[in-house]
Order: sequence, then structure tokens, then C-alpha cells
Amino acid sequence: MSGVPATGVAVTDKATRERLAAAVEFALAEAKQSGATAAEAGANISQGLAVTVRLGEVETVEHTRDKGLGLTVYFGQRTGSASTTDISPEALRDTVRAACAIAKHTAEDDCAGLADPARLATHFPDLGLHYPWHPDMSQAIELARAAETAARETDARITNSEGASLSTHEGLEVYGNTHGFLGSQASTRHSLSLSVIAQDQAGMQRDYWYSVARDPERLESPQTVGHEAARRTLRRLGSRQLSTRECPVLFEAPIASSLLSHFISAVRGSSLYRQASFLLDSLGKPLFADFVHLHEQPHLKGALGSAAFDGEGVATQARDLVRGGVLQGYVLDSYSARKLKMTTTGNAGGVHNLTLDPGPESLDLGQLLKRLHTGLLVTELIGFGVNIVTGDYSRGAAGFWVENGEIRYPVEEITIAGNLRQMFRQLLAAGSDVDTRGNLRCGSILIENMTVAGN
Amino acid sequence: MSDKMLTLARQSLLEPAGIGDRELARLIGNLLAGRVDYGDLYFQYSRHEAWSLEEGKVKSGSHNIEQGVGVRAVAGEKTGFAYSDDIVLPALLDAAAAARAIAQQGAEGRAPAVFRGASGLQLYQPVDPLASLADDAKVKLLERVEAEARARDPRVKQVMASLAGVHEVVLVVRSDGVIAGDVRPLVRLNVSVIVEAGGRREQGSHGGGGRFTYDYFLQQDRALEYAREAVRQALVNLDAVDAPAGTMPVVLGPGWPGILLHEAIGHGLEGDFNRKGTSAFAGRLGERVASEQCTVVDDGTIPDRRGSLNVDDEGTPTQKTVLIENGILKGYMQDTLNARLMGVAPTGNGRRESYAHLPMPRMTNTYMLAGKHDPGEIIASVDKGLYAVNFGGGQVDITSGKFVFSASEAYLIENGKITRPVKGATLIGNGPDVLTRVSMVGNDLQLDPGVGTCGKEGQSVPVGVGQPTLKIDALTVGGTQS
Repeated sequence: MSGVPATGVAVTDKATRERLAAAVEFALAEAKQSGATAAEAGANISQGLAVTVRLGEVETVEHTRDKGLGLTVYFGQRTGSASTTDISPEALRDTVRAACAIAKHTAEDDCAGLADPARLATHFPDLGLHYPWHPDMSQAIELARAAETAARETDARITNSEGASLSTHEGLEVYGNTHGFLGSQASTRHSLSLSVIAQDQAGMQRDYWYSVARDPERLESPQTVGHEAARRTLRRLGSRQLSTRECPVLFEAPIASSLLSHFISAVRGSSLYRQASFLLDSLGKPLFADFVHLHEQPHLKGALGSAAFDGEGVATQARDLVRGGVLQGYVLDSYSARKLKMTTTGNAGGVHNLTLDPGPESLDLGQLLKRLHTGLLVTELIGFGVNIVTGDYSRGAAGFWVENGEIRYPVEEITIAGNLRQMFRQLLAAGSDVDTRGNLRCGSILIENMTVAGN
Repeated sequence: MSDKMLTLARQSLLEPAGIGDRELARLIGNLLAGRVDYGDLYFQYSRHEAWSLEEGKVKSGSHNIEQGVGVRAVAGEKTGFAYSDDIVLPALLDAAAAARAIAQQGAEGRAPAVFRGASGLQLYQPVDPLASLADDAKVKLLERVEAEARARDPRVKQVMASLAGVHEVVLVVRSDGVIAGDVRPLVRLNVSVIVEAGGRREQGSHGGGGRFTYDYFLQQDRALEYAREAVRQALVNLDAVDAPAGTMPVVLGPGWPGILLHEAIGHGLEGDFNRKGTSAFAGRLGERVASEQCTVVDDGTIPDRRGSLNVDDEGTPTQKTVLIENGILKGYMQDTLNARLMGVAPTGNGRRESYAHLPMPRMTNTYMLAGKHDPGEIIASVDKGLYAVNFGGGQVDITSGKFVFSASEAYLIENGKITRPVKGATLIGNGPDVLTRVSMVGNDLQLDPGVGTCGKEGQSVPVGVGQPTLKIDALTVGGTQS
């Protein structure tokens, strides 16, 4: 079967699951037969539909269907990896051969190898990640159109659109290794997104909104997505530059999660053993104010970052990364853990629903603006000016100038700069307006002081 | 086009699947049902390898194979798209049926009776870079790079190096009867180092590549030069003081700082954004958008360059497109769809990440032509400002026109002289007017070393940039020293 699934046919049925599991087991057996002392393989298959409507008319209808298998072989302490989009036995044999050929040339590495068998997952709870949805094309088009129409009807200044998209996705992943582990996870992910353009005599502004969920019933309505996209776009009209200054900065929830992402980059095992982090040797040290609680919730029902096992089969578990402002643990897979003479934290492939709890005061955005008093509310960040080795931070920003807790006017073409170590220490408040649309979950974040560059 | 490319592409993509002209005609006929205006098939086979070194050892290597066919049907402004990772006729017929569902149904369309080769270019050799060097020699090359970096300075604490190669064969079959093939080699070598002194750590990185074999890195000791350059940058950063904050004159060095052009004007001149009126440059053809000294082109025809293509991913030969001439906006970059809807000719800028993605207007190699000023004279003209010579990534909001690019090596200019190195900082400006503030253009045009990757709507493609030294009278520098 190929490019196009008939409506309603799942990629996660029993036959597909067995086919993927058979491919994984075949690849592992081939690897052993080729002399590998150990091997691991992951296979996946997915399908989806994405429709885009722009200015009321259908623009694109895309049918997606992907599959693939990747494996790593170990010859003692030497490794090689290969992947393929063709999972026929012949192609799998070629793939195993390619991985083995690479392992002939890589160096011995004491830390290489599969995860500790004692750490592999044995329980596979239903995490509520799988809600197949097969809207027919006309229904998908109508949902996207409704979102865009809602935005366009909000205000005459919404003059143009980059389009509204509805997309559905269903996938199955199977992972196995030669310790005898074989696990699978079926999941779905559906989204409705919209980007519109507002115009006045001063020029054009664009902003967007989206809703994403495992369960289509939990998507925001097209009207909500449309109105929010319109509101966010309209409020940017008339943006101006600020003069250069120092002031407190409030990161609005949808972009505040980028600060968590930089934190994770700095406490990730691969950054630590390479000494490519500004947070080396920080375990047990206070990095934040004592109200800060940052923790992983891998088994949260229906969440976007939930998983029973990580990318090497290790059981995931809920844990604190930061408690009382103090760093409790790093983000490790088996390899980086061995490099650091520690044990894996079940984070091969990343963290799972990393959550910054609202502070004890549980302030909403309005209350955070009052706390900010006079300073910058940042609603958009652009560029890549973050150096994890030094912690130096400098990014393009847009948002609002706030005085006495009230938004005064929109601002753009400015940068905000500081050093992440100091920014973390100066984290004054975390809001209750938690954005749960991703794997990094937090409310708006208030930082005591940064440099704003403008005209 | 060179028949050679087409023959090679047919051999690798069609013959193993038993697909000949008759089957292609059947597929196209199937696709052109009802009110479909045109359609195409994009066959792709690619092999990718990567070797990486850290802590003195090549610890890992990977090899990936990707193949499939993308099938597209276009009716008016509507596009239907499906793809298959099995290159077999029944799967392709299914994909065609799904793609054409975008249009009102009707009788099957007429397929071309014969397919004719496109007149493409031959800018690079149809070689397989993965086979151009023995695996143990790839490992040795990385080990030499590591040794060179460590030998440069005892403050070098970590060296990471990677070598990557792609062998890609593509074949485009269009409903107008054009068939085009291309064999696209691509290699890249990167070195990144961390240095430490007095408890302070800094990094530096450098690399290069293009559409040729790994031999390029062995010639003229290029790979070792990358290592030396990465160490030099890292050591400079050890002495860097806080960057200034505020608006000031900025002098950009030649070559890779041309990322300015890519972000500030390049994306805003892509046809899709202008057809839709969402770009800050929409409707401004013929207007002044830069100082008279600025002429900017997008050129997909430079031999061996990372951003070059013999034909784009819709079978259109690439070309040199003038975007800005002596400060006046002259043209947009187009793919087939947007060119047709805007009533202009395609410019060979229709690109896609793979068969599983739709093509759209993308840049190839975007650069500014040389001016008349000596670079030394440009620096001497600045009382107090920033001299930025190396950059990380950049980004743009094409609607508001605001763009950023982040310096990774920069210096203060004081009284016409380069003085102290400063820490990396993001520069931010407004695309439609930043080039009007270019007051001096150097005579030292350089293209980047071959490392650029551009992302748009989730699709990545290799690109190039370039420029001479140039002076912008006022640009906002995002440091911490206000």
C-alpha cells in the first residue's frame, strides 16, 4: 500500500504492528548473524492529512504516509548506524550490512552499548495518546475555513491571510534490542492552526495561533483559534522601536518555554561530558530562586510528551529536575550517563512533559503584568543568538511596552540580551497561565533585568 | 540538458521499477483528470552518510537511504499532493488518484505522447561522493583535523568534527511532456572546538563543502585550514568583552555575513509571499529598496556551489536572477505555480526538501556584487561602530520585514581602527530599508565556504550566500552594554 490510505484504515492495526515488529526482529537477527554482539532498532509508520485554506479557498491538500527503520549495531565497543525508508527484507539486509561496515571503522568506545537491562520498561500503561481521526477532506476543509473566517470577520483590518491548516497524524513506533526488549507505542496528534495579517496605514503585521491535541475532541474550536489569531495580530499594529535601556522582561507563556529549552540544553548529558555547557558541575547547587520547581511527568494522560519508555527502552519515571531552586539531576541517556559515571535518567530522545510549576502566588498574566510594573512583555522571539557554552543570550524580540502594569503600545525591531545563568537566578515569577501545547509546559516567566537594544 | 544526467536518473529510478514512458504517460493521464491544469511526478533516491569525531575518536557513523515519489496535481490555486516511498506503479497510481482529488472530477486528461528532455546545465559532476574516499580514509581525515586543532594551542579542550556526504538522483516528469534528471553530489566538513583559559570557555567553528567529492577537503589542506580557523575564532572569543547595545554603524565582513541578504531581502522576494501580498516587498517592483551601490542576485548556476542546481525540483533550469540592480527592486524568485499565477516566467527557484514535500520558491546562491571601496577604507571611515565577520543563523518575519542574524565573531571599531573583540550578539533590522543605509560596498566579493542550510515552512534546503565588505550606517546591535 502506498501514498494514500483509504479513509478509516489505521496504520496502527494489529497487522501493521506485527509487520513493524517483525521488521525490527528481522534486523536484530540479521545483525547478530553478521557478528554484532548487540543491536537495537526502531521502526515507525505514520499517516496523515493536511489541508490548507487561504482566503476561503482550498490551497493545498496533502496526504502523508511515511515509514522507516533505523538501527545501531555494536561489535564489542564499536558502533555503526543505518536507516532506510524501505523495510523489505532485502533492504533491511542492506541496511544491516551498511551499519556493520561502519562499525568496522569506528573507534572502541568504553561507554558504547545498550541500556542496562534492569532499567528497561516492563509496564506499558495506557497513556491516552491514541485517538485516530479520519475526517473526510470536505470536513477538514470546513474546519480550517471556519477558523479563517472567524478571524477575518473579527475586524476589517484583518486584510490578508497566510492560511488556516487542519492536520491529522497517526503513527506507530516499535523499538527493540538484543536484550529481548520489544515495545510499541501508537499515538495521534491533530492540530488546527491559522496565521493572519492585519494592515493599517503604518504597515502590515502577522501573528498566529494554533491548537494541538492527541484527542481531536480536545482541539480548540475553529472560532477560538480564529479569534485568538486575530487578537494577537491586531494588537501588533502600530509597533514601534524602543530606545536602548535596561528593564524587567516578562516572557509570555507561548514563548517562555524557550527558556526551559535552553535550560535543558545546558543540563543535557551530551553538553556536559563535552564541557559545552555553562552549567557544568551544577548538581545540588541553587540555580533559581527557592520557589522554582521543575519536574518531568512522563505518564501524564493524553499529554504531548508522554511515553512509557525512552528511545532506548528505559522505563521513564516522574522526577524533579529542580526543587527549591536547586538542581536535582541531569538529563541523561545511557551513553552520556556512562561518560559522567552516573546512571541514565530515561531521557534518550529528550525530556517528557517538563513542567515549571506556577509559583506559590499562582499569578495569571494580568497579575504578572502588575508585578512587572514597568518593563517589556515579549510575545515573539526570533533568531538563534543563544550560546550554551557561555550562557550568553541575545535574540530579536517583539511585544509590548508596559507601564504601571498596563500595556501601553506594541514594540518591534528590538533585541533582548543577558546571560542565562543570571537570567535563571533572576527568575522572579512563573505564571499560572501554563501553555500545555508542547513537551515543555510553563506559564509566563518574569525576569528581573535584561538589556533591551533599540534606537 | 545533458542527456547523461537524464540517462543516469532513468537508470537508477525508473528501470528497477519497470517504469517506462508508457507507464509515465499513464500516470500523467491519470493525474490530469477533470480540471487539473498541470501535474508532476518527482522521483528521488538519496543516500546520506555522516561520520563524527569527538574526544579524539570517530565514535559513530551513520548511513541512510531515502527513496520515493511525490505526485502533485494543480488546479487554479489549488494543489493536491500525495507521495509514496514504494516506487512501484500501483502505489503511484494510488498517489495520483489522491493528488487529483483536489479538482472537480471529469474525464481523464491527455498525457503527452512523447517526453522531451529539459535543457538543463552541467554545473557539477554526476559523482557519488560516498564512494570517492575509502571509509578508513574518511576516519583518518577527521583524525588529522582533530590533531591539527589540538596542535594549534594548548587551550583547546574539545574538538568535534564531522564529515557528511549525500548522493542524490532525482527525476522530474511533467504533464507538459518535459522530463528532467539530475545527479546531485553534496559534501560537507565541519569542525567545532571549545577552548578554556582561566575558567572561561568559548567555542569556535568552521567548515565548508559543495557539490563535489571528498577530495576537495584533501586539496590544499582545506580540512586542516577549517581546524585552524575554528581554533582562531574560539581564541578570539576568549578575549571578547560584552557587546554594545544600541543603534550604530556596522561593517560586515565579506562572504558568510551575506546571510544579511538572505534574511533581509531574500525571503521577502520569494514569489509565493509576493503573490499572496504577505511580504513587506509586495507590489514594490521598480521601487528603490537599497542604495545605488547595491546590486543583488540569486544565482543557481555557479559551478560546484552548495546552492547550485542543474535544474530545480520542477525541471526548470536554474538561472542568474537580478533581484536588486543599483538599488532598484527588479525581480522575484519563482517556482512554476507562483510564476503562472503572477503571469511571469519561472526562474528556476522551485525547490523541495524531498519527494515527501511540496516545491515552493526558494533561494539558491544569493549575493551582492562587488563595489569600489577598499575594505580598509571602509573600516577607517567609522568613528565608533561594530565590525562583524562571522555569523550563526538568522531569521525573518517577511510580513513586518524585521530580520535578525547573530554574530559569532565581532570587534569594536574605534576611531577608524578595529580594537577589541566583543561577545556574540544578534543584529536586528528592517528588510525593506536596511540596504538603503548601505553607504559603502567593498571590492572584495566572497562567497561563503559552503555551509548554509535554509529552513522555510519546515523544509530544509542547501543554499549559498556571499557579499563584499559593506558598511551599514545604522543597525541595531543586541549586546548588553547600553
